[in-house]
Amino acid sequence: MFSRFSIKCFTSLSSNSKRQQIMCMNTFAKQNFRNQLIWNVPKIHKTTKNPIATIYQIRKFTNSKVTFHKEITPPKEGEGVTINFVTREGDKKTIVANVGDSIMDITQAHDIDLECACEGSLACSTCHVIVEPKYYEKLDEPTDEENDMLDLAFGLTETSRLGCQIVMRKDLDGITVTIPSATRNVKLEGR
Amino acid sequence: MPFSSNSNFERYDSKLSPFRLAVIGSGPAGFYTAYRVLKDHPSTLVDMYESLPIPFGLVRYGVAPDHPEVKNVQHRFDEVGQDSRYTFIGNVKYGEDLTITDLKSQYDAIVFSYGASQERSLGIKNEDEPIRNIFSARAFVGWYNGLPQYRDLEPDLTCTDTAVVIGHGNVALDVGRILLTDVMELSKTDITEYALEKLGKSKIRKVIIVGRRGPLQVSFTAKELREMMNLPNTKFHTDFEFIKNELSANVDFISKNRPLKRLMQILEKGRSNTIGDKSWSLKFLRSPDEFLAHDDNDPIRPKYVRAIKFHINKLEGPPEKRVAVPTGKMEELESGLVLKSVGYKSVPIKGLPFDEKKGLVPNYKGKILDNDNNEQPGLYVAGWLKRGPQGVIATTMYDAFETAEAIVSDIKQNKPMLSFQTTKKGSDAIIPILHQRGVRTISYDDWKKIEEKENEAGRVKNKPREKFGRIEDVLFTLDTLK
Repeated sequence: MFSRFSIKCFTSLSSNSKRQQIMCMNTFAKQNFRNQLIWNVPKIHKTTKNPIATIYQIRKFTNSKVTFHKEITPPKEGEGVTINFVTREGDKKTIVANVGDSIMDITQAHDIDLECACEGSLACSTCHVIVEPKYYEKLDEPTDEENDMLDLAFGLTETSRLGCQIVMRKDLDGITVTIPSATRNVKLEGR
Repeated sequence: MPFSSNSNFERYDSKLSPFRLAVIGSGPAGFYTAYRVLKDHPSTLVDMYESLPIPFGLVRYGVAPDHPEVKNVQHRFDEVGQDSRYTFIGNVKYGEDLTITDLKSQYDAIVFSYGASQERSLGIKNEDEPIRNIFSARAFVGWYNGLPQYRDLEPDLTCTDTAVVIGHGNVALDVGRILLTDVMELSKTDITEYALEKLGKSKIRKVIIVGRRGPLQVSFTAKELREMMNLPNTKFHTDFEFIKNELSANVDFISKNRPLKRLMQILEKGRSNTIGDKSWSLKFLRSPDEFLAHDDNDPIRPKYVRAIKFHINKLEGPPEKRVAVPTGKMEELESGLVLKSVGYKSVPIKGLPFDEKKGLVPNYKGKILDNDNNEQPGLYVAGWLKRGPQGVIATTMYDAFETAEAIVSDIKQNKPMLSFQTTKKGSDAIIPILHQRGVRTISYDDWKKIEEKENEAGRVKNKPREKFGRIEDVLFTLDTLK
């Protein structure tokens, strides 16, 4: 988790902004260290910036083009966890990911069609996914802030979650998540 | 769905030339449609026309300044903006500078996503009178967010301590929250400097948010209500007794509706904070009847709003179709500032079918239909113009994707598109025409320069950006950069 973001920092920033790189590194070091320590506790509040959101805030001031894809290092053999996606088109895709990657990270890295309009800052419901019930039970309870956004999601189900809030763990190995589609969802309005 | 098999319409052949798509309006609906079409049909060239010199529509001018996370969506739009297949043509007024006839000859298809540019009116006495300090929330939001149209709105926030907001939607809570938020907090946001200055001198301590029906019929959502409940130094008043009665009378209805149930829990709980020199209240069962003004020759506040007269309503009908019925009783509410927040309205444009009653362009999944429900070749609609002015960005995103999927599927099915010509040049042909007509067009590169200037000005003040409030200033700045 740690090294992934550090690498990303160096590759994504323009070469003349060395000071920014270092600042960026430090921010991530702090952020990720804290996240790792308390990562099982429901921790995200409205004002807490997700590390990914932070990356964009820093990058905003550079001239480099913002791309959405995060470089995720492939897991070492035997250490990855499997996640199955049912895509917008209804296709199945299986991906081996790292423990600690969020569903948002994974979809962006593997070009799976899931919008993350607010980039993980709990301000929208575009990364809404439907989790297979068996695995839904294993997830930590959604926070009030996540539920507030889920209330606005299209075709909300009993096992709906926001992709940015599901972080892969060993016991989620084999999870299946379905990405709702505008054309597959007949009911469009939240309420 | 039948469509005319008129042989006048060209069938688009992707092997011969790129698919030329014009998008009218550069808000989230336009950008998300463009994004999806570019992704699903890569040989498309998108030209986006915008009446302002600046893109992003309500993401820039509607989203509250203290909700910067919501604006992260601009990164996606920026990705589209810098795609070589995309052209931004700003500062072009569709309908004035450019007509549908101009576009039809140069494009295979047009997406209309110009949104809802007007506000709904209350239809009450004195509404059209020039009473001072009554504004639509749309104007007030536009004013603090830097929408050029409302740069000179000049609301007076010092003549009164009470503001009344009419309407129970998220925009009503947004304006209420901005009025009650400490300016120190706001100064870290991208709120405009001139608005910040006025808000800094504001004497408003009390915001009353009034709706015609009950708690179950409100349109605002949990996040925004929660924010109101968490405003520092602010008390909350409402008729808890009435809320309780409404909730217990409709237990079944509420339990079946998760968002409503959660919203009602927040409302019922209210807030524990009972100290503070500011307050906000939620008033139900009130329909405005008349605005009352100070006298023309009032020495201090001539022609300023003084109060609003309301009908007191009762609720009738089943929970899903509750209607407000006047009881005959009236009530006056003193207030020196009134913000009308009862929704937005789309306006029809020449050459496009329009459903006056619903205020939208009739369509089937984004494909425009004429009065006889026939599909109109090559004409599409997205966003608020397609489904009415409601919902959040996620709603507009799905809706735009649906329109994009309709376009791509029509291309694949070889359905008839616009234009008789075989070679369509898109903006390559339109921009010279616009220049001939004396229109100064703004490119995406121009916008990036403006954005850099805004960011630069923001950095000095420790805020994300300082927006240009006037079109002239944008154009002048571009001139000096050349």
